[in-house]
Amino acid sequence: MTTLMEIRHVTKRYGGGRLSGEGMTALSNLSMTIDADRPSITAVVGESGSGKTTLARILLGLTPPTEGEVLYRGQDLTSLSGEQRRNFRREVQAVFQDPYEVYNPFYRVDHVLNTPVNRFKLAASRAEGRELIANSLRAVGLRPEEILGRFPHQLSGGQRQRIMVARAVLMRPRLIVADEPVSMVDASLRATILGSLRKLTDEMGISIIYITHDLATAYQVSDNILVMYRACVAEAGAVERVVKDPRHPYTRLLISSIPKVSTTRDWLADEGDETIRPIPGRDGCRFVERCPVAMARCATAIPPLYRTEDHRATACFQFDTSPELAAAEMGQVLVGATAS
Amino acid sequence: MTTDGMNTGDMNTGGMNTGAILRVERLRVGFDHPLGVVQAVDDVSFTLLANERLGLAGESGSGKSTMALAILRMIKPPGRIQGGAVYLDRTELSSLDQEAIRRVRLAGIALVPQGSMNSLNPVMRIRAQIADALADHRVVLSKAELATRVADLLRRVGLRAEVADLYPHELSGGMKQRACIAIAICLSPQVIIADEPTSALDVVVQRQVMETLARVQRDLGAAVILVGHDMGLMAQFVDRLGVMYAGRLVEIAPIGEIITRPRHPYTQMLISSLPSLEARGTMHGIPGLAPLLRDLPPGCAFHPRCPRADARCRTEKPAVRDLAPGQQVACHHA
Ligand SMILES: Nc1ncnc2c1ncn2[C@@H]1O[C@H](COP(=O)(O)OP(=O)(O)OP(=O)(O)O)[C@@H](O)[C@H]1O
Ligand SMILES: Nc1ncnc2c1ncn2[C@@H]1O[C@H](COP(=O)(O)OP(=O)(O)OP(=O)(O)O)[C@@H](O)[C@H]1O
Ligand SMILES: [Mg+2]
Ligand SMILES: [Mg+2]
Repeated sequence: MTTLMEIRHVTKRYGGGRLSGEGMTALSNLSMTIDADRPSITAVVGESGSGKTTLARILLGLTPPTEGEVLYRGQDLTSLSGEQRRNFRREVQAVFQDPYEVYNPFYRVDHVLNTPVNRFKLAASRAEGRELIANSLRAVGLRPEEILGRFPHQLSGGQRQRIMVARAVLMRPRLIVADEPVSMVDASLRATILGSLRKLTDEMGISIIYITHDLATAYQVSDNILVMYRACVAEAGAVERVVKDPRHPYTRLLISSIPKVSTTRDWLADEGDETIRPIPGRDGCRFVERCPVAMARCATAIPPLYRTEDHRATACFQFDTSPELAAAEMGQVLVGATAS
Repeated sequence: MTTDGMNTGDMNTGGMNTGAILRVERLRVGFDHPLGVVQAVDDVSFTLLANERLGLAGESGSGKSTMALAILRMIKPPGRIQGGAVYLDRTELSSLDQEAIRRVRLAGIALVPQGSMNSLNPVMRIRAQIADALADHRVVLSKAELATRVADLLRRVGLRAEVADLYPHELSGGMKQRACIAIAICLSPQVIIADEPTSALDVVVQRQVMETLARVQRDLGAAVILVGHDMGLMAQFVDRLGVMYAGRLVEIAPIGEIITRPRHPYTQMLISSLPSLEARGTMHGIPGLAPLLRDLPPGCAFHPRCPRADARCRTEKPAVRDLAPGQQVACHHA
């Protein structure tokens, strides 16, 4: 087994905020492994603000962790040689959540596609470069003749998002970290784009971290899922198990909150009065004050991840008869694309 | 008020303006492009009833956001409104001068723009951003009045008063989105247009934000246009749904009808492309690409991708037909 990327006991804290007082933990003690030999798609879902983008930025080397290590091919990101860093930049690609931020408003969108072609010498000639770009645009359902030559504000939200996916595809990387790559496109296009990402995994061995709020597409396209709640992994494992039979009370809440395409309207409560929840103490489970099955110990101790099945781990004391998951074992819990 | 157009593309509910708060008539918006005009909104008409929740869905790039901006006359060059009318109550908006249209924005129709939670000013506290919106509309308040007003607005969207003192980066996505709704409703509008307000939020928070929007709507007695791609959200929230394809409103119907009996082949294929939580590997998109808006295919713009297309579809643009009150479709076969 060759490990492409590994993060061990990674914690990220940001300096003091007004609501939280003494700084806030965006990511807490997270470990995971991305195996180069077993390409897979791992969905990362969970609460808004739970640390998903922070995890993406850490994997991409854009944000240094406060604690813990980030390894690329066994080497800490902080100690890569120039050559290794260059490979890392090529092999690990990002598709960002907010496409507005990435574009320079003064450059035509061609710029974001031409730059990597030139920088990484992806094409032997200009014509070949143009062809490469055109093909990757078509792969995400865009017409090159419609898109090229435009400025970012001249495109719809979904068009901007898709250009970012096209850019990542263009690079033929080993890992794509995609942060809400299709949140602004319609269902049909989501299916098309995610289908082409799935093909990248199956045919070209590219692993994908797919961060999303869309649980149905996560279920459709991924092999694994990581459910995050307030900086921690609540549950992780094979997507089929976790979605069909969620164990963590937060995963259950999340799955039961999906609005259904149905004529039965039971999603909205009559009274939309949302009570503002206190920020939980750091001593207990972060889900404790919303948890329907909380026990006394949940308020005083943080539950570790328990390996409840071969391909599932759940951070809840209900499962404390199962063995605790060691950091290095997260890679075993997550399945490869060919496993079922 | 015009009464023509009933057979020529009017998505009116059939009746006159009884109960209608907003009427869009034959609206056309284009963007000038060196190679031709990008027809982003093509002859769109519909009526929004008082207190109604209307959804707008459809292909990415089909003109939903452009239409939202056009209703508020916020289209900037190279875009231009080429024709049509928008009535708020009885006022035709294109007849208004700059000052009057400013008053309509926020006080008459409020827009929560696409991606607005990411376009809050990062160096301004929430209080100042609300104050700015008010000042924009010449609402002058004393410091104490402002504090009360801001606290009240925040409370209405389910945020604590202290949030006023925070900067955007100190808020979670759901809190930012609610702050944007608070700004949008600061002058008690009659119509709220929310462009993808929850696509960046988890479903639990999504539900809270939509409950907030529902409550605010009820408090104000406003009507809502919800633009978005989440059919589950539409099914659970809106009364009627309009479906856009290539700048046209190809179908509009009560939401239950759209889900159970979509009439337009595009709507049918859109609904059947929805991912299921039942069986994996069943997701598939509509084959083919969206058409080039500056060079639409002749006839029905959907015909190159439509399984039911025939000779007529390739030559004759289908007119919008009434099927029932509040329900229209533009397809030769529906
Ligand atoms: N640069 C920063 N400074 C301070 N706090 C930050 C910063 N970046 C993120 N945070 C905080 O860290 C937490 C995690 O944020 P993150 O963006 O990773 O969440 P997320 O899971 O991606 O949320 P969403 O689903 O809304 O995109 C949030 O509470 C956020 O406010
Ligand atoms: N300034 C502009 N110049 C040229 N074309 C533009 C401009 N602004 C928008 N367009 C085009 O108009 C069409 C409609 O865009 P709009 O943003 O209204 O789509 P949308 O339906 O909201 O899409 P999405 O669901 O992706 O947000 C798109 O094809 C877009 O490329
Ligand atoms: Mg994020
Ligand atoms: Mg839009």
